[in-house]
Amino acid sequence: MLYFSKLRVFSVLIFTLIISYFALSNFLKFDDDYFSKNIKLGLDLQGGSYLLLEIDNKPVITQKLQSKLLELKKFFKEKKLILRNFSVDQNSIIFESNNKNVNEIKTILDDDESEINPYFQQYKTHQFDFIVDNNFFKLTLSNYGLVLLKNSSLDQAIEIVRRRVDEIGTNEPNILKRGNDRILVELPGLDDPGRIKSLLGKTANLTFQFITQNSEESFGTEKLMFEDESEEAIVSKRIILSGDNLVDAKPTMDTQTNETVVTFNLDRVGAKKFGKATSTGVGKRLAIILDGKIISAPSVREPIVGGSGQISGNFTFQSATDLALLLRSGALPAPLSIIEERTVGPDLGQDSIDSGILSLIIGFVLVVLFMIYKYRIFGVIANLALISNLFLLVGILTLFEATLTLPGIAGIILTVGMAVDANVLIFERIKEEVKNEKNYIIAFDSGYTKSRTTILDANITTLIAAFILFFMGSGPIKGFSITLGIGILTTLFSVYFIARLFTAFFVLKNKNKDKLI
Amino acid sequence: MKNIQFNKIYKQLNIISLILIVASLILLVFKGLNYGVDFKGGTLIEIRVEQSSSKISSIRDSFNQMNLGDVSVKSFGNKTDYIVKFEKQSSNDSKFIDNIKAKLSSSVGNVDFRRVENVGPKVSAELLKSGFIAIGLSLAAMLLYIWIRFEWQFSLGAIIALFHDVIITMGIFSLFSLEINLSIVAAVLTIVGYSMNDTVVIFDRVRENLKKYADIKIFELTNISINETLSRTIITSVTTLLALFSIYFFGGEILKGFSLAMILGIVFGTYSSIYIANPILVLLKVSQRTIIKEDKN
Repeated sequence: MLYFSKLRVFSVLIFTLIISYFALSNFLKFDDDYFSKNIKLGLDLQGGSYLLLEIDNKPVITQKLQSKLLELKKFFKEKKLILRNFSVDQNSIIFESNNKNVNEIKTILDDDESEINPYFQQYKTHQFDFIVDNNFFKLTLSNYGLVLLKNSSLDQAIEIVRRRVDEIGTNEPNILKRGNDRILVELPGLDDPGRIKSLLGKTANLTFQFITQNSEESFGTEKLMFEDESEEAIVSKRIILSGDNLVDAKPTMDTQTNETVVTFNLDRVGAKKFGKATSTGVGKRLAIILDGKIISAPSVREPIVGGSGQISGNFTFQSATDLALLLRSGALPAPLSIIEERTVGPDLGQDSIDSGILSLIIGFVLVVLFMIYKYRIFGVIANLALISNLFLLVGILTLFEATLTLPGIAGIILTVGMAVDANVLIFERIKEEVKNEKNYIIAFDSGYTKSRTTILDANITTLIAAFILFFMGSGPIKGFSITLGIGILTTLFSVYFIARLFTAFFVLKNKNKDKLI
Repeated sequence: MKNIQFNKIYKQLNIISLILIVASLILLVFKGLNYGVDFKGGTLIEIRVEQSSSKISSIRDSFNQMNLGDVSVKSFGNKTDYIVKFEKQSSNDSKFIDNIKAKLSSSVGNVDFRRVENVGPKVSAELLKSGFIAIGLSLAAMLLYIWIRFEWQFSLGAIIALFHDVIITMGIFSLFSLEINLSIVAAVLTIVGYSMNDTVVIFDRVRENLKKYADIKIFELTNISINETLSRTIITSVTTLLALFSIYFFGGEILKGFSLAMILGIVFGTYSSIYIANPILVLLKVSQRTIIKEDKN
């Protein structure tokens, strides 16, 4: 175990130096970007906001069932099959057919290549499961149908969330899918997430509907509140125009009234619809409704045909800006709620870094002194291994651009404390061997050999714990498991390649001295 | 090599350990653990006030008037830093935190919210579940590892030592109502790794000595093995504790609970490797035949 070929010495040296270079590149400024990497700091160290959003899919499912219902009606009508008494409950569509058509409908729904009940070709299960009771059909979204629906609404929601976050312009936001109904938003450097929370909390469903006195309206009517909750109004359920037709929106100052308003532009289809509706509706009040609340309801004085318009409603410049932003980025498919929030201010992050580094230095110095006190020259060797271990650990974290968190720093400090264990095991074993074996080279050699299984055992147990934490833990805790796990690997390297190299060198030089250890 | 008669007091210490375990279990069942917002849900705010003259009582009063459920206010570090925790968490009111800040500022002067954690009930329940799963998995993984590496008598000894450490550490957390949060789970897992590591080192030696000395009884043999590995046991726990104390005293408020749990775990882990794991080998009458029989298979 004490023999090293020149090639091996050389490669250990080169490897250590290269990795150490990356460790150092965190602290030094290099001109060359390619070789200068930095460790990524977690939100708890650089400050920032972590938001976990959950999408409420119920409205999406209801909407899907309703549109499916229309599709079914149309589809079977074309096939000249009579269906009636359609209804939609929580998860299913129910309808009734003539007795003689039951089997035919069943065959259509059950067909592997069914057009109206797809997915079987790809997923070996249909979009809808169905049960038949006499001539009653009940179609329920299958598990796959549900998953696909949720996924597509989540994908849409992520896109909208990304647009909204980008519009605010925070640096390097991180937006990720979590499961099939959650979105993780990480916003480094943002210490007051209030505004972004209010933007993400809004569905931003914009519609234009006429206010009506006539409750016998053919489309039906609904009672809606004004946003300031001052009064109620009855509006027709007929949607003149929705936010989908908007191509742009921005806050502007109305020069006549000196009010802040939001002006918008419509696409071609929208402009046509809007023009038609406003020309027939001169004199009526048109309600501008956002997420079920009326923002304002101006009277239509003349037809609006230019494809642009404005929304007024007691806005401050900030609220007009936010509304315009929401309208530009589009509506969410379903409401989002924030189910977890963690925000760290930048100065606390810096404090955490400072105290983390302070405790690392103190812990390191204490361990180094203790090892020298216990083992003298071999303590120095163990300390050299410890230092290179730290460089390797930080270097590898940098190289892989792993995220360093506060618990991650704790993991590094803990590594310092536990890393010497391997060398201690070896030195203690050597001490025992030296008692029976006067030849130092043989004694050292067998000390290394005999302690090897124990060291492996000891490190594997910690590695197992680190692995499990990595897969089960979240955020900062994951950072701990990363440093702990990599720390074990660099420890083994530094003990078996670096400390052993120094030990071998020292023993070969002093093999004839008394009391080497 | 030192020769301390560890085995003389196996029985006495086992009784004490048993009492501690039972006491811990009673505490855990009847008093329970003090879960932080990670696991209970709710809101945590770390506040720094401008003037150190503002008293903790005025901060507490101000929060109590806001109708937030159970509020706890704790001061730490400088006289200007406080941690406030309360049950209420409002995910859909985006002004929730801003409103609290405004109200607090009006009664105690300028405040800085240095950290805000807001965990909904669904998330906290999931975090708690995954915390338990993580600890359970790690225990199972250790069991599997040691079962592959050693004879069943050794595995049993190591696992009982492991449970001993985890249960007593949690018992102490319950006794002093120390907060359990995500980082404590990380600490427990690391304790599991460390405790196992410590036990394995001594067991490796016991196994080696069993092969070497056919005529020494296990009662004596464990004592020899403990003594032979004693300086390593001490040095490693000392260096690990040095690192941990350094985190505890200088690493800031957020790491206090984590390092405390680790410190307790290391102390009990070291103790149990000697006084729990080994007596079990004696109890199970491990002899040279135990390992030779296994080797033949």
